[in-house]
Amino acid sequence: MITFEDVVKVYRGGATAVDHLSLELPTGKLTVLVGPSGCGKTTSLRMINRMIAPTSGRILIDGKDVAEQDEALLRRSIGYVIQHAGLFPHRTVLDNVATVPVLLGKTRREARAAAYQLMERVGLSAEFAKRYPAQLSGGQQQRVGVARALAADPPIMLMDEPFSAVDPVVRSQLQAEFLRLQQELGKTIVMVTHDIDEAIKLGDHVAVFRAGGRLAQFATPRELLAEPADDFVASFVGRDRGLRSLSFDSATDLPVRPVEGIPLDDAGRPLGLPGVFTKDDSLRVVTDLVISSPGGIAVRVGPDGAADGQVSHHDLADYLASRRR
Amino acid sequence: MIQYLTNNSEIVWQALQEHLYLALVPILLGFAISLPLGYLAVRFDWLYHPLINTFGVLYSIPSLALFVFLPVILGTKVLSPINVVVALTIYTVALLARTVADGLRAVDPVVVQAATAMGYRRSRRLIDVELPIALPVILAGLRVATVSNISLVSVGSLIGIGGLGQLFTRGFQLFYLEPILIGVILSVLLAGIADLIIVLVQRAITPWTRAA
Repeated sequence: MITFEDVVKVYRGGATAVDHLSLELPTGKLTVLVGPSGCGKTTSLRMINRMIAPTSGRILIDGKDVAEQDEALLRRSIGYVIQHAGLFPHRTVLDNVATVPVLLGKTRREARAAAYQLMERVGLSAEFAKRYPAQLSGGQQQRVGVARALAADPPIMLMDEPFSAVDPVVRSQLQAEFLRLQQELGKTIVMVTHDIDEAIKLGDHVAVFRAGGRLAQFATPRELLAEPADDFVASFVGRDRGLRSLSFDSATDLPVRPVEGIPLDDAGRPLGLPGVFTKDDSLRVVTDLVISSPGGIAVRVGPDGAADGQVSHHDLADYLASRRR
Repeated sequence: MIQYLTNNSEIVWQALQEHLYLALVPILLGFAISLPLGYLAVRFDWLYHPLINTFGVLYSIPSLALFVFLPVILGTKVLSPINVVVALTIYTVALLARTVADGLRAVDPVVVQAATAMGYRRSRRLIDVELPIALPVILAGLRVATVSNISLVSVGSLIGIGGLGQLFTRGFQLFYLEPILIGVILSVLLAGIADLIIVLVQRAITPWTRAA
Protein backbone atom coordinates (compact mmCIF):
# COMPACT_ATOMS: atom_id res chain seq x y z
CA MET A 1 0.00 0.00 0.00
CA ILE A 2 1.22 3.47 -0.86
CA THR A 3 0.04 6.16 1.53
CA PHE A 4 0.13 9.91 1.03
CA GLU A 5 -0.11 11.63 4.41
CA ASP A 6 -1.08 15.28 4.11
CA VAL A 7 1.51 15.82 1.38
CA VAL A 8 2.22 19.36 0.18
CA LYS A 9 4.58 20.39 -2.60
CA VAL A 10 5.28 24.06 -3.16
CA TYR A 11 7.82 24.81 -5.87
CA ARG A 12 10.35 27.59 -5.61
CA GLY A 13 8.55 30.69 -6.75
CA GLY A 14 5.51 29.75 -4.73
CA ALA A 15 3.45 27.64 -7.11
CA THR A 16 1.56 24.96 -5.22
CA ALA A 17 1.76 21.70 -7.14
CA VAL A 18 0.22 19.42 -4.54
CA ASP A 19 -2.11 20.75 -1.86
CA HIS A 20 -2.59 18.62 1.27
CA LEU A 21 -2.95 15.30 -0.45
CA SER A 22 -3.98 12.34 1.65
CA LEU A 23 -4.56 9.15 -0.27
CA GLU A 24 -4.20 5.39 0.06
CA LEU A 25 -3.32 3.40 -3.03
CA PRO A 26 -4.18 -0.26 -2.47
CA THR A 27 -1.65 -3.05 -2.99
CA GLY A 28 -2.00 -5.11 -6.15
CA LYS A 29 -4.30 -2.58 -7.79
CA LEU A 30 -3.89 -0.10 -10.59
CA THR A 31 -4.59 3.43 -9.46
CA VAL A 32 -4.77 6.17 -12.06
CA LEU A 33 -4.01 9.80 -11.23
CA VAL A 34 -5.84 11.95 -13.72
CA GLY A 35 -6.49 15.64 -14.18
CA PRO A 36 -5.77 18.68 -16.32
CA SER A 37 -2.18 19.81 -16.79
CA GLY A 38 -0.71 21.52 -13.75
CA CYS A 39 -2.90 19.58 -11.34
CA GLY A 40 0.03 17.95 -9.55
CA LYS A 41 -0.55 14.39 -10.73
CA THR A 42 2.97 13.90 -12.09
CA THR A 43 4.51 15.64 -9.09
CA SER A 44 2.59 13.27 -6.82
CA LEU A 45 3.81 10.27 -8.80
CA ARG A 46 7.41 11.37 -8.67
CA MET A 47 7.33 11.94 -4.95
CA ILE A 48 6.74 8.21 -4.50
CA ASN A 49 10.22 7.28 -5.77
CA ARG A 50 11.75 10.48 -4.41
CA MET A 51 12.45 12.07 -7.77
CA ILE A 52 10.78 15.06 -6.11
CA ALA A 53 10.81 15.77 -2.38
CA PRO A 54 7.59 16.92 -0.70
CA THR A 55 7.59 20.28 1.05
CA SER A 56 5.71 18.71 3.95
CA GLY A 57 3.88 15.51 4.72
CA ARG A 58 4.99 11.91 4.32
CA ILE A 59 4.73 9.18 1.73
CA LEU A 60 4.77 5.63 3.04
CA ILE A 61 5.16 2.36 1.22
CA ASP A 62 3.77 -0.48 3.34
CA GLY A 63 4.08 1.78 6.36
CA LYS A 64 7.70 2.80 5.75
CA ASP A 65 8.47 6.43 5.05
CA VAL A 66 10.22 6.67 1.67
CA ALA A 67 12.25 9.66 2.91
CA GLU A 68 14.04 7.38 5.36
CA GLN A 69 15.12 4.89 2.71
CA ASP A 70 18.21 5.00 0.52
CA GLU A 71 17.19 6.80 -2.66
CA ALA A 72 18.89 4.51 -5.16
CA LEU A 73 17.82 1.29 -3.43
CA LEU A 74 14.24 2.56 -3.14
CA ARG A 75 14.15 3.36 -6.85
CA ARG A 76 15.53 -0.02 -7.85
CA SER A 77 12.58 -1.58 -6.07
CA ILE A 78 10.09 0.54 -8.01
CA GLY A 79 9.53 0.11 -11.75
CA TYR A 80 9.34 3.34 -13.73
CA VAL A 81 7.86 3.92 -17.18
CA ILE A 82 7.70 7.32 -18.87
CA GLN A 83 6.04 8.85 -21.87
CA HIS A 84 8.70 8.50 -24.54
CA ALA A 85 10.09 5.40 -22.86
CA GLY A 86 13.39 7.20 -22.07
CA LEU A 87 15.40 4.23 -23.28
CA PHE A 88 19.19 4.34 -23.24
CA PRO A 89 20.12 5.05 -26.88
CA HIS A 90 23.57 3.50 -26.51
CA ARG A 91 22.34 0.15 -25.28
CA THR A 92 20.66 -2.66 -27.13
CA VAL A 93 17.07 -3.52 -26.32
CA LEU A 94 18.29 -6.50 -24.32
CA ASP A 95 20.70 -4.43 -22.23
CA ASN A 96 18.09 -1.73 -21.70
CA VAL A 97 15.79 -4.35 -20.21
CA ALA A 98 18.65 -5.80 -18.14
CA THR A 99 19.46 -2.40 -16.57
CA VAL A 100 18.02 -2.74 -13.08
CA PRO A 101 19.01 -6.38 -12.49
CA VAL A 102 22.61 -5.38 -13.35
CA LEU A 103 22.35 -2.46 -10.91
CA LEU A 104 21.14 -4.90 -8.29
CA GLY A 105 24.32 -6.91 -8.73
CA LYS A 106 23.23 -9.67 -11.11
CA THR A 107 25.84 -10.73 -13.65
CA ARG A 108 25.27 -9.48 -17.17
CA ARG A 109 24.65 -13.03 -18.35
CA GLU A 110 21.92 -13.68 -15.73
CA ALA A 111 20.34 -10.30 -16.36
CA ARG A 112 20.24 -10.89 -20.12
CA ALA A 113 18.68 -14.31 -19.75
CA ALA A 114 15.92 -12.78 -17.65
CA ALA A 115 15.60 -9.91 -20.12
CA TYR A 116 14.81 -12.33 -22.95
CA GLN A 117 11.90 -13.71 -20.95
CA LEU A 118 10.58 -10.25 -20.22
CA MET A 119 10.76 -9.21 -23.85
CA GLU A 120 8.60 -12.19 -24.69
CA ARG A 121 6.21 -11.23 -21.92
CA VAL A 122 5.61 -7.76 -23.36
CA GLY A 123 5.24 -9.10 -26.89
CA LEU A 124 8.67 -8.43 -28.36
CA SER A 125 10.25 -11.27 -30.29
CA ALA A 126 13.89 -12.18 -29.64
CA GLU A 127 14.96 -10.68 -32.96
CA PHE A 128 14.68 -7.23 -31.35
CA ALA A 129 17.20 -8.10 -28.64
CA LYS A 130 20.27 -6.81 -30.46
CA ARG A 131 18.67 -3.70 -31.90
CA TYR A 132 19.08 -0.19 -30.61
CA PRO A 133 16.15 1.97 -29.47
CA ALA A 134 16.49 4.22 -32.55
CA GLN A 135 15.63 1.20 -34.70
CA LEU A 136 12.26 0.67 -33.01
CA SER A 137 8.83 2.21 -33.54
CA GLY A 138 7.28 4.27 -30.75
CA GLY A 139 5.04 1.38 -29.72
CA GLN A 140 7.96 -1.04 -29.63
CA GLN A 141 10.02 1.40 -27.58
CA GLN A 142 7.19 1.64 -25.09
CA ARG A 143 7.09 -2.15 -24.79
CA VAL A 144 10.80 -2.13 -24.05
CA GLY A 145 10.15 0.59 -21.47
CA VAL A 146 7.58 -1.62 -19.74
CA ALA A 147 9.88 -4.65 -19.90
CA ARG A 148 12.72 -2.59 -18.42
CA ALA A 149 10.49 -1.44 -15.56
CA LEU A 150 9.41 -5.03 -14.86
CA ALA A 151 12.89 -6.54 -15.11
CA ALA A 152 13.70 -6.72 -11.43
CA ASP A 153 10.14 -7.84 -10.62
CA PRO A 154 9.40 -4.77 -8.48
CA PRO A 155 6.23 -4.90 -6.37
CA ILE A 156 5.41 -1.32 -7.44
CA MET A 157 5.33 0.32 -10.85
CA LEU A 158 5.04 4.03 -11.57
CA MET A 159 3.89 4.95 -15.06
CA ASP A 160 3.87 8.53 -16.31
CA GLU A 161 1.68 8.88 -19.40
CA PRO A 162 3.03 5.56 -20.66
CA PHE A 163 0.79 5.26 -23.70
CA SER A 164 0.19 8.84 -24.77
CA ALA A 165 3.07 9.16 -27.25
CA VAL A 166 1.82 6.45 -29.60
CA ASP A 167 -0.98 6.55 -32.15
CA PRO A 168 -4.52 5.59 -31.06
CA VAL A 169 -4.48 2.12 -32.64
CA VAL A 170 -1.20 1.14 -31.02
CA ARG A 171 -2.33 2.78 -27.80
CA SER A 172 -5.46 0.68 -27.37
CA GLN A 173 -3.45 -2.40 -28.29
CA LEU A 174 -0.82 -1.59 -25.66
CA GLN A 175 -3.52 -0.80 -23.11
CA ALA A 176 -5.26 -4.12 -23.67
CA GLU A 177 -2.01 -6.06 -23.46
CA PHE A 178 -1.03 -4.15 -20.39
CA LEU A 179 -4.31 -4.96 -18.65
CA ARG A 180 -3.75 -8.64 -19.41
CA LEU A 181 -0.22 -8.44 -18.09
CA GLN A 182 -1.41 -6.75 -14.91
CA GLN A 183 -4.00 -9.48 -14.36
CA GLU A 184 -1.15 -11.99 -14.35
CA LEU A 185 1.29 -9.93 -12.31
CA GLY A 186 -0.92 -8.10 -9.81
CA LYS A 187 1.54 -5.26 -9.26
CA THR A 188 0.74 -2.14 -7.30
CA ILE A 189 0.63 0.36 -10.14
CA VAL A 190 0.31 4.11 -10.08
CA MET A 191 -0.32 5.59 -13.51
CA VAL A 192 -0.57 9.24 -14.51
CA THR A 193 -2.62 10.31 -17.50
CA HIS A 194 -4.53 13.34 -18.72
CA ASP A 195 -6.90 11.08 -20.62
CA ILE A 196 -10.00 10.32 -18.57
CA ASP A 197 -11.02 7.52 -20.94
CA GLU A 198 -7.71 5.80 -20.36
CA ALA A 199 -8.16 6.27 -16.61
CA ILE A 200 -11.60 4.69 -16.68
CA LYS A 201 -10.51 1.89 -18.95
CA LEU A 202 -7.40 0.88 -17.01
CA GLY A 203 -7.88 1.96 -13.42
CA ASP A 204 -9.15 -0.12 -10.52
CA HIS A 205 -9.31 3.23 -8.78
CA VAL A 206 -9.12 6.72 -10.19
CA ALA A 207 -7.92 9.83 -8.38
CA VAL A 208 -9.14 12.97 -10.12
CA PHE A 209 -7.03 16.06 -9.45
CA ARG A 210 -8.02 19.63 -10.07
CA ALA A 211 -5.74 22.58 -10.87
CA GLY A 212 -3.80 23.72 -7.83
CA GLY A 213 -2.98 20.18 -6.81
CA ARG A 214 -6.15 19.31 -4.90
CA LEU A 215 -7.73 15.90 -4.96
CA ALA A 216 -11.26 16.21 -6.32
CA GLN A 217 -12.38 12.61 -6.03
CA PHE A 218 -10.95 9.16 -5.37
CA ALA A 219 -13.24 6.39 -6.52
CA THR A 220 -13.66 3.38 -8.74
CA PRO A 221 -14.32 4.21 -12.40
CA ARG A 222 -17.91 3.07 -12.00
CA GLU A 223 -18.52 5.37 -9.04
CA LEU A 224 -16.83 8.20 -10.86
CA LEU A 225 -19.23 7.90 -13.76
CA ALA A 226 -22.29 7.27 -11.63
CA GLU A 227 -21.67 9.78 -8.86
CA PRO A 228 -19.14 12.47 -9.68
CA ALA A 229 -18.33 14.37 -6.48
CA ASP A 230 -18.90 17.82 -7.93
CA ASP A 231 -19.32 19.82 -11.11
CA PHE A 232 -15.61 19.81 -11.85
CA VAL A 233 -15.41 16.02 -11.79
CA ALA A 234 -18.65 15.73 -13.76
CA SER A 235 -17.38 18.00 -16.49
CA PHE A 236 -13.94 16.41 -16.50
CA VAL A 237 -15.42 12.94 -16.81
CA GLY A 238 -17.38 14.17 -19.79
CA ARG A 239 -20.93 14.43 -21.02
CA ASP A 240 -21.73 10.91 -22.11
CA ARG A 241 -20.81 9.35 -18.79
CA GLY A 242 -24.19 7.60 -18.57
CA LEU A 243 -23.46 5.75 -21.77
CA ARG A 244 -19.87 5.08 -20.79
CA SER A 245 -20.90 3.65 -17.43
CA LEU A 246 -22.65 0.90 -19.36
CA SER A 247 -19.24 -0.50 -20.21
CA PHE A 248 -18.96 -1.78 -16.63
CA ASP A 249 -22.04 -3.98 -16.91
CA SER A 250 -22.06 -7.17 -18.94
CA ALA A 251 -24.93 -8.32 -21.09
CA THR A 252 -25.21 -11.56 -19.10
CA ASP A 253 -28.60 -10.70 -17.59
CA LEU A 254 -30.00 -8.94 -20.64
CA PRO A 255 -33.09 -10.87 -21.73
CA VAL A 256 -33.20 -11.82 -25.40
CA ARG A 257 -35.96 -12.90 -27.77
CA PRO A 258 -35.77 -15.93 -30.02
CA VAL A 259 -33.99 -15.26 -33.31
CA GLU A 260 -36.46 -14.22 -35.95
CA GLY A 261 -36.14 -13.00 -39.53
CA ILE A 262 -32.38 -13.03 -39.62
CA PRO A 263 -30.57 -14.98 -42.35
CA LEU A 264 -28.44 -17.75 -40.87
CA ASP A 265 -25.92 -20.11 -42.42
CA ASP A 266 -25.97 -23.90 -41.98
CA ALA A 267 -24.26 -23.70 -38.61
CA GLY A 268 -26.79 -21.14 -37.37
CA ARG A 269 -24.38 -18.19 -37.63
CA PRO A 270 -25.94 -14.88 -38.65
CA LEU A 271 -25.13 -13.88 -42.22
CA GLY A 272 -24.19 -10.43 -43.40
CA LEU A 273 -24.30 -8.71 -40.03
CA PRO A 274 -21.51 -6.31 -39.15
CA GLY A 275 -21.59 -6.97 -35.43
CA VAL A 276 -22.88 -9.46 -32.91
CA PHE A 277 -22.42 -9.69 -29.16
CA THR A 278 -21.86 -12.39 -26.57
CA LYS A 279 -22.98 -12.65 -22.95
CA ASP A 280 -19.58 -11.32 -21.86
CA ASP A 281 -19.77 -8.12 -23.86
CA SER A 282 -20.73 -4.94 -22.08
CA LEU A 283 -24.10 -3.23 -22.29
CA ARG A 284 -22.29 -0.40 -24.02
CA VAL A 285 -21.36 -2.71 -26.88
CA VAL A 286 -24.96 -3.91 -27.15
CA THR A 287 -26.30 -0.36 -27.10
CA ASP A 288 -23.91 0.64 -29.82
CA LEU A 289 -24.94 -2.35 -31.97
CA VAL A 290 -28.63 -1.63 -31.52
CA ILE A 291 -28.16 1.99 -32.50
CA SER A 292 -25.90 1.34 -35.47
CA SER A 293 -27.67 -1.68 -37.01
CA PRO A 294 -30.13 -0.73 -39.77
CA GLY A 295 -32.95 -2.78 -38.27
CA GLY A 296 -32.40 -1.58 -34.72
CA ILE A 297 -31.64 -5.13 -33.67
CA ALA A 298 -28.57 -6.70 -32.11
CA VAL A 299 -27.96 -10.44 -32.34
CA ARG A 300 -26.43 -12.47 -29.55
CA VAL A 301 -24.24 -15.42 -30.40
CA GLY A 302 -23.06 -18.37 -28.33
CA PRO A 303 -19.48 -19.56 -27.97
CA ASP A 304 -19.78 -21.44 -31.30
CA GLY A 305 -20.82 -18.28 -33.14
CA ALA A 306 -24.41 -19.48 -33.64
CA ALA A 307 -27.16 -16.92 -33.07
CA ASP A 308 -29.07 -17.65 -29.85
CA GLY A 309 -31.15 -14.53 -29.37
CA GLN A 310 -31.83 -10.97 -30.42
CA VAL A 311 -32.50 -7.64 -28.77
CA SER A 312 -34.37 -4.64 -30.16
CA HIS A 313 -34.29 -0.95 -29.31
CA HIS A 314 -37.32 -1.34 -27.09
CA ASP A 315 -36.01 -4.41 -25.30
CA LEU A 316 -32.83 -2.60 -24.44
CA ALA A 317 -34.61 0.55 -23.31
CA ASP A 318 -36.93 -1.52 -21.10
CA TYR A 319 -34.00 -3.38 -19.60
CA LEU A 320 -32.07 -0.20 -18.87
CA ALA A 321 -35.18 1.32 -17.32
CA SER A 322 -35.72 -1.76 -15.16
CA ARG A 323 -32.14 -1.50 -13.87
CA ARG A 324 -32.90 1.93 -12.48
CA ARG A 325 -35.53 0.62 -10.11
CA MET B 1 64.02 13.10 -51.73
CA ILE B 2 64.58 9.35 -51.27
CA GLN B 3 68.26 10.15 -51.35
CA TYR B 4 67.83 12.67 -48.50
CA LEU B 5 65.72 10.25 -46.56
CA THR B 6 68.28 7.42 -46.73
CA ASN B 7 71.13 9.73 -45.87
CA ASN B 8 69.34 11.37 -42.98
CA SER B 9 67.10 8.56 -41.81
CA GLU B 10 68.40 8.92 -38.28
CA ILE B 11 67.48 12.62 -38.08
CA VAL B 12 64.08 12.15 -39.74
CA TRP B 13 63.22 9.19 -37.53
CA GLN B 14 64.15 11.14 -34.41
CA ALA B 15 62.14 14.15 -35.55
CA LEU B 16 59.14 11.92 -36.18
CA GLN B 17 59.39 10.33 -32.74
CA GLU B 18 59.74 13.70 -31.08
CA HIS B 19 56.81 15.02 -33.05
CA LEU B 20 54.61 12.13 -31.99
CA TYR B 21 55.63 12.52 -28.37
CA LEU B 22 55.11 16.30 -28.34
CA ALA B 23 51.67 15.95 -29.92
CA LEU B 24 50.30 12.93 -28.09
CA VAL B 25 51.40 13.57 -24.51
CA PRO B 26 49.44 16.87 -24.44
CA ILE B 27 46.44 15.06 -25.95
CA LEU B 28 46.43 12.47 -23.19
CA LEU B 29 47.06 15.05 -20.46
CA GLY B 30 44.50 17.41 -21.96
CA PHE B 31 41.88 14.69 -22.25
CA ALA B 32 42.45 13.64 -18.65
CA ILE B 33 42.07 17.24 -17.47
CA SER B 34 39.11 18.04 -19.73
CA LEU B 35 36.87 15.21 -18.53
CA PRO B 36 36.56 16.44 -14.93
CA LEU B 37 36.58 20.11 -16.01
CA GLY B 38 33.82 19.55 -18.57
CA TYR B 39 31.83 17.58 -16.03
CA LEU B 40 32.15 20.34 -13.44
CA ALA B 41 30.98 22.90 -15.98
CA VAL B 42 27.81 20.84 -16.42
CA ARG B 43 27.31 19.86 -12.80
CA PHE B 44 27.65 23.45 -11.62
CA ASP B 45 25.87 25.51 -14.21
CA TRP B 46 27.41 28.82 -13.12
CA LEU B 47 30.88 27.45 -13.91
CA TYR B 48 30.13 26.80 -17.57
CA HIS B 49 30.60 30.28 -19.01
CA PRO B 50 33.58 31.41 -16.89
CA LEU B 51 35.37 28.17 -17.69
CA ILE B 52 34.61 28.16 -21.40
CA ASN B 53 35.52 31.85 -21.72
CA THR B 54 38.79 31.44 -19.86
CA PHE B 55 39.90 28.67 -22.18
CA GLY B 56 38.60 30.59 -25.16
CA VAL B 57 40.97 33.41 -24.25
CA LEU B 58 43.85 30.99 -23.64
CA TYR B 59 43.22 29.39 -27.02
CA SER B 60 43.46 32.77 -28.72
CA ILE B 61 47.05 33.35 -27.50
CA PRO B 62 49.37 32.69 -30.44
CA SER B 63 51.32 29.47 -29.93
CA LEU B 64 54.68 31.09 -30.46
CA ALA B 65 53.96 33.68 -27.78
CA LEU B 66 52.95 30.92 -25.40
CA PHE B 67 56.13 28.94 -26.11
CA VAL B 68 58.17 32.03 -25.31
CA PHE B 69 56.27 33.15 -22.22
CA LEU B 70 55.79 29.79 -20.55
CA PRO B 71 59.43 29.49 -19.40
CA VAL B 72 58.97 32.80 -17.59
CA ILE B 73 55.85 31.56 -15.84
CA LEU B 74 56.90 27.95 -15.24
CA GLY B 75 60.55 28.67 -14.52
CA THR B 76 61.57 26.09 -17.10
CA LYS B 77 64.50 26.41 -19.48
CA VAL B 78 63.67 28.12 -22.76
CA LEU B 79 64.67 25.01 -24.69
CA SER B 80 62.81 22.57 -22.45
CA PRO B 81 60.23 20.39 -24.26
CA ILE B 82 58.01 20.88 -21.22
CA ASN B 83 57.12 24.32 -22.60
CA VAL B 84 55.69 22.79 -25.76
CA VAL B 85 53.93 20.05 -23.84
CA VAL B 86 52.32 22.52 -21.44
CA ALA B 87 51.33 24.92 -24.22
CA LEU B 88 49.72 22.20 -26.31
CA THR B 89 48.01 20.75 -23.24
CA ILE B 90 46.43 24.15 -22.66
CA TYR B 91 45.16 24.23 -26.25
CA THR B 92 43.84 20.67 -25.94
CA VAL B 93 41.96 21.50 -22.76
CA ALA B 94 40.62 24.68 -24.35
CA LEU B 95 39.11 22.61 -27.15
CA LEU B 96 38.13 19.50 -25.22
CA ALA B 97 36.75 20.88 -21.96
CA ARG B 98 34.13 22.62 -24.02
CA THR B 99 33.24 19.57 -26.11
CA VAL B 100 33.03 17.40 -22.99
CA ALA B 101 30.70 19.95 -21.39
CA ASP B 102 28.63 20.37 -24.55
CA GLY B 103 28.49 16.62 -25.08
CA LEU B 104 27.25 16.02 -21.55
CA ARG B 105 24.78 18.89 -21.81
CA ALA B 106 23.37 17.43 -25.01
CA VAL B 107 22.39 14.16 -23.31
CA ASP B 108 18.60 14.00 -23.35
CA PRO B 109 17.45 15.00 -19.82
CA VAL B 110 14.65 12.47 -20.12
CA VAL B 111 17.23 9.69 -20.43
CA VAL B 112 19.19 11.02 -17.46
CA GLN B 113 16.02 11.18 -15.39
CA ALA B 114 15.05 7.69 -16.44
CA ALA B 115 18.48 6.48 -15.32
CA THR B 116 18.06 8.21 -11.96
CA ALA B 117 14.60 6.72 -11.55
CA MET B 118 15.97 3.24 -12.31
CA GLY B 119 18.22 3.66 -9.28
CA TYR B 120 21.54 4.85 -10.70
CA ARG B 121 23.69 6.81 -8.29
CA ARG B 122 25.30 9.92 -9.70
CA SER B 123 28.81 8.60 -10.34
CA ARG B 124 27.75 5.34 -11.95
CA ARG B 125 25.17 7.18 -14.02
CA LEU B 126 27.93 9.44 -15.33
CA ILE B 127 30.11 6.48 -16.33
CA ASP B 128 27.40 4.11 -17.57
CA VAL B 129 24.96 6.51 -19.17
CA GLU B 130 25.99 10.13 -19.65
CA LEU B 131 29.59 9.69 -20.83
CA PRO B 132 28.83 6.92 -23.33
CA ILE B 133 26.00 8.97 -24.83
CA ALA B 134 28.23 12.07 -24.98
CA LEU B 135 31.07 10.07 -26.53
CA PRO B 136 30.39 10.87 -30.21
CA VAL B 137 30.59 14.61 -29.45
CA ILE B 138 33.66 14.19 -27.24
CA LEU B 139 35.47 12.08 -29.81
CA ALA B 140 34.69 14.60 -32.55
CA GLY B 141 36.41 17.21 -30.35
CA LEU B 142 39.30 14.84 -29.75
CA ARG B 143 39.84 14.51 -33.51
CA VAL B 144 40.04 18.27 -33.94
CA ALA B 145 42.39 18.64 -30.96
CA THR B 146 44.65 15.82 -32.15
CA VAL B 147 45.03 17.10 -35.69
CA SER B 148 45.48 20.65 -34.42
CA ASN B 149 48.17 19.52 -31.98
CA ILE B 150 50.09 17.60 -34.62
CA SER B 151 50.26 20.67 -36.80
CA LEU B 152 51.08 23.04 -33.91
CA VAL B 153 54.10 21.03 -32.77
CA SER B 154 56.03 22.30 -35.80
CA VAL B 155 55.80 25.86 -34.52
CA GLY B 156 57.95 24.74 -31.60
CA SER B 157 60.86 24.39 -34.01
CA LEU B 158 61.19 28.18 -33.91
CA ILE B 159 62.31 27.83 -30.29
CA GLY B 160 64.30 24.71 -31.06
CA ILE B 161 61.86 21.91 -30.11
CA GLY B 162 59.49 21.03 -32.86
CA GLY B 163 59.70 17.44 -34.07
CA LEU B 164 59.22 17.41 -37.80
CA GLY B 165 59.23 21.22 -37.70
CA GLN B 166 62.99 20.92 -37.25
CA LEU B 167 63.11 19.69 -40.83
CA PHE B 168 61.44 22.93 -41.97
CA THR B 169 63.92 25.20 -40.18
CA ARG B 170 66.73 23.05 -41.44
CA GLY B 171 65.47 23.32 -45.03
CA PHE B 172 65.00 27.06 -44.78
CA GLN B 173 68.45 27.57 -43.32
CA LEU B 174 70.10 25.46 -46.02
CA PHE B 175 67.83 26.65 -48.89
CA TYR B 176 67.03 23.02 -49.38
CA LEU B 177 63.56 21.81 -50.40
CA GLU B 178 63.76 18.09 -49.57
CA PRO B 179 63.62 18.25 -45.75
CA ILE B 180 60.72 20.72 -45.97
CA LEU B 181 58.77 18.41 -48.25
CA ILE B 182 59.50 15.38 -46.11
CA GLY B 183 58.50 17.31 -43.00
CA VAL B 184 55.20 18.36 -44.55
CA ILE B 185 54.37 14.92 -45.92
CA LEU B 186 55.18 13.14 -42.67
CA SER B 187 53.29 15.70 -40.62
CA VAL B 188 50.18 15.38 -42.75
CA LEU B 189 50.52 11.60 -42.78
CA LEU B 190 50.79 11.57 -38.99
CA ALA B 191 47.70 13.72 -38.60
CA GLY B 192 45.79 11.55 -41.06
CA ILE B 193 46.74 8.30 -39.34
CA ALA B 194 45.93 9.67 -35.87
CA ASP B 195 42.56 10.87 -37.14
CA LEU B 196 41.84 7.51 -38.75
CA ILE B 197 42.67 5.66 -35.54
CA ILE B 198 40.23 7.82 -33.56
CA VAL B 199 37.52 7.28 -36.19
CA LEU B 200 38.04 3.52 -36.08
CA VAL B 201 37.93 3.50 -32.29
CA GLN B 202 34.79 5.60 -32.41
CA ARG B 203 33.11 3.19 -34.82
CA ALA B 204 34.03 0.28 -32.60
CA ILE B 205 32.78 1.75 -29.33
CA THR B 206 29.70 3.66 -30.51
CA PRO B 207 27.92 1.20 -32.83
CA TRP B 208 24.57 2.63 -31.77
CA THR B 209 25.20 5.93 -33.55
CA ARG B 210 24.98 4.11 -36.89
CA ALA B 211 21.73 2.36 -35.96
CA ALA B 212 18.42 3.79 -37.17
